[in-house]
Amino acid sequence: MKPGVWTVLSLTLLAGHLATVPARAGDPEQICDVPANLLSTESRLPKVGEAVRSGQPLNVLVVGSRSSTIPSYEASAYPAKLQAALKESLPSTPVNLSLEVQSARTAEDMAGGLLKLVEAKRPTLVIWQTGTVDAIRSTDPDDFRNALDAGIGALQQAGTDVVLVNLQYSPRTESMISGSPYLDNMRVSAQEHDVPLFDRFAIMHHWNDAGDFDLFSPAHGVELAKRVHACLGRALSKFVIDAAHLGPAQQN
Amino acid sequence: MTSIADPISGTELADAKDASAAVAAAPAITMPATSERELRLDLFRGLALWLIFIDHLPTNILTWFTIRNYGFSDATEIFIFISGYTAAFVYGRAMLQAGFVVATARILRRVWQIYVAHVFLFTIFLAEISYVATRFENPLYTEEMGIMDFLEQPDVTIVQALLLRFRPVNMDVLPLYIVLMLFLPLILWLMKWRTDVTLALSAALYVLTWHFDLYLSAYPNGVWAFNPFAWQLLFVFGAWCALGGARRMSRILASPITLWICIAYLFAAFLVTLSWYLPQLGHIVPRRIEQWMYPINKTDLDVLRFAHFLALAAITVRVLPKDWPGLRSPWLRPLILCGQHSLEIFCLGVFLAFAGHFILAEVSGGAGMHFLVSVTGIVIMCAMAWVISWYKHSADKGASRYRSTGGNADLAGGAV
Repeated sequence: MKPGVWTVLSLTLLAGHLATVPARAGDPEQICDVPANLLSTESRLPKVGEAVRSGQPLNVLVVGSRSSTIPSYEASAYPAKLQAALKESLPSTPVNLSLEVQSARTAEDMAGGLLKLVEAKRPTLVIWQTGTVDAIRSTDPDDFRNALDAGIGALQQAGTDVVLVNLQYSPRTESMISGSPYLDNMRVSAQEHDVPLFDRFAIMHHWNDAGDFDLFSPAHGVELAKRVHACLGRALSKFVIDAAHLGPAQQN
Repeated sequence: MTSIADPISGTELADAKDASAAVAAAPAITMPATSERELRLDLFRGLALWLIFIDHLPTNILTWFTIRNYGFSDATEIFIFISGYTAAFVYGRAMLQAGFVVATARILRRVWQIYVAHVFLFTIFLAEISYVATRFENPLYTEEMGIMDFLEQPDVTIVQALLLRFRPVNMDVLPLYIVLMLFLPLILWLMKWRTDVTLALSAALYVLTWHFDLYLSAYPNGVWAFNPFAWQLLFVFGAWCALGGARRMSRILASPITLWICIAYLFAAFLVTLSWYLPQLGHIVPRRIEQWMYPINKTDLDVLRFAHFLALAAITVRVLPKDWPGLRSPWLRPLILCGQHSLEIFCLGVFLAFAGHFILAEVSGGAGMHFLVSVTGIVIMCAMAWVISWYKHSADKGASRYRSTGGNADLAGGAV
């Protein structure tokens, strides 16, 4: 753990600590605000909006690699938290969520199987988390981009809404994994297909900078992971509801 | 014996007259006409080294001062261009004086030095990653820890690293430089024959690279982060400027039209870059331009990046004359010293970036610590540059003899 002496060196950090320490004990919601611009998107989720407005159940499918779960604590990972938050915000809508974790699969590996998954699960919304495995293996960014385009194209063709989720902010491995080409390509691809991109990287980066979470921490425990995922799930729920343009009327 | 920074004496090869005449008197980006060093090259290479170091650290306050946040190109362009310029200057002279074979031998010796430096950095990287792999068990990042998988087969990985095919993050510049330097004898030999034709050939290779998607593959997959087939253009362009191109461009560079085009382009690039950081400004870039422009490809040295570098260079040459007294001021001395010992300082910078990551991870990751690590790193780089300079001038007697043979690219501002 960090010695407190070092933290005092930085006034910013000190201020951050003063602001967050009391909140940490209480409601976790207070400790992870996300600036509005990180949750704003011009792209929309019409199918989600339609389903909720017409009282249909909302079927969400999360497809991702290992960072979409916490090993042996799946119920605390962001997909489960997303489902809980969506249920809370949309009390009159049944929210079903299925999770498809494909460890160590690149975007290209996943893209091929997306259509089959959609046919089996018939989701309203597919949340596709990818990029990390590609960054680790330093896949050719062009191939990554083509895989994204193919995957999103297939999902849109199949008639589901799509949300992309990008890499985690991982300061520990920043000197070993180069994420930026993959982050850039996801941003561009999302823009081109008019698909909302949940910028997990920027959001976690913000939390780290603001002192909400110490993502540098070498802590072995699972607590940090649980808290981060809880916050991610809530932020993602807000992002989905905003992108679907569901006003307070539908949320009641 | 003449120092390498002295003008070439003796008879020159007839077909090299064009190049050497340019060497003697080139007013625009200039070759030093006398034994005087071109301090601007050192200054900007030193600056590039500082910026590369800062960009290799995690984002912090100082990152906002690096040029990649204000336009398309970044320190890498400056670095490769100046390296091409100075390498052509040093070894071009060697080629005229001592001939093709001797110059090639000296270049290969330099290549070997850079290769050894690269392997040294790789060893440090291995040490760091092995340490992190055994200590770090945060369940939040189990996926990211997949990066350690390569440790499971060191037999393959280390051999691939020696072949320059496996390059960890931040270790891409030296392999690019090794390849460019390997081809320097050929480039210089062609330039001795026809400078402009060589540049045209280089541009043609660049175009072919984009057209046929030429690349060098990397291990375990992917491609070289800096495609040598594309980046050679900047290197050859630097060499071309050194061998008289700059002088012949001086009229174009002095024209106000050029100036305004450059300013307009830099401003447009600035606005586009701004829109990356402030999504509210997204609408200032028309969608059609956006679709045409993105992605701005660093691997293949996007034309937009190259043009951005040219515009920056044109304006710099104009506002900063080579006899600007500030170049001799003690305030710029640290930068110039760093630029004069670029290979050592570059390697030190990569090492310090590793060490900085390590400190931030093990001790504290706060903004204050980030700032402290960045500043300390730069101070260490300057101190080291000063020590090397002192050593070469005062301590190492052999160095002065060695230098006078024209083999040391660093002292004439050559090589990485």
